[in-house]
Amino acid sequence: MDQFEVRPLFGGDTVGMFTITNVTLWMALTVLAVTLLMVVGSRGRALVPTRSQSMAELTYSFIYKMIEDVSGRDGVRFFPYIMTIFMFVFFANILGLIPFAFTTTSHIAVTAVLALGVFITVTVLGFVLNGASFLRLFWVDSAPLALRPVLALIELISYFVRPVSHSIRLAGAMMAGHAVAKVFAGFAAALGAAFFIPVLAVAALYALELLVAVIQAYVFTILTCVYLKDALHPHH
Amino acid sequence: MEGDLVQMGAYIGAGLACIGMGGAGIGVGHVAGNYLAGALRNPSAAPGQTAFLFIGIAFAEALGIFSFLVALLLMFAV
Repeated sequence: MDQFEVRPLFGGDTVGMFTITNVTLWMALTVLAVTLLMVVGSRGRALVPTRSQSMAELTYSFIYKMIEDVSGRDGVRFFPYIMTIFMFVFFANILGLIPFAFTTTSHIAVTAVLALGVFITVTVLGFVLNGASFLRLFWVDSAPLALRPVLALIELISYFVRPVSHSIRLAGAMMAGHAVAKVFAGFAAALGAAFFIPVLAVAALYALELLVAVIQAYVFTILTCVYLKDALHPHH
Repeated sequence: MEGDLVQMGAYIGAGLACIGMGGAGIGVGHVAGNYLAGALRNPSAAPGQTAFLFIGIAFAEALGIFSFLVALLLMFAV
């Protein structure tokens, strides 16, 4: 579909390793939006916050509480990383909803990098913090002895499938939502005089997409917290 | 009637793979419905459990995503 096409921004047809494309543009805008809210918006450091400072503080304490609840108190050390992931995914999703914008998170390449970053971080962290006993994550002590090897195999597979489901969930949700909006917009052109029915449907879908954009950013972040918890406390 | 047999098989397979998403739909509905049932019995405990609601939904959804992935692979990679 046209809206998911990656094309060079400054002429030419080939997309090389370092070509500046519309993906680059919208990622840069995402970073700019995060910077505007978190750095410029909360610059005043007022005791009674302004609107933008209040939004930045609410987001901050929301993520902080999420890490504390899901990963435990010692997960708070990784707050900067998780906050960065949340803000980036959140603004990429929201900016992608602007008409004629490019949704960077609808590409598996973008979300896979984020998810692989989480996967590698968590795996390395688990081995650094726990040594070889991190492998007990796969050895379920509470199960009967005969079942444990089978469970270990299942746990091992589910561990390596994590980055796949983590990245494709976000990309799939964003891609599917935009494709549905496009299909309904196509109905409006085909129906002629009754065009207002699909247009109303698109408006409703757009509201739903706004919800999905926020929830997917939330889910991506909370799963990062869950994986982080496994690295910090592998003994269930 | 033109095109090759492999492509026809890939398209049919992609369509069949989408049946798996129905299973994910059942799973997500089960999680959300049970959450609501529990929340209505004990509304004061509900806000503390929303994180688990979303984790449960995400895990149930993961299996539907694999069927989506298979459909995508059949459409574009095979």
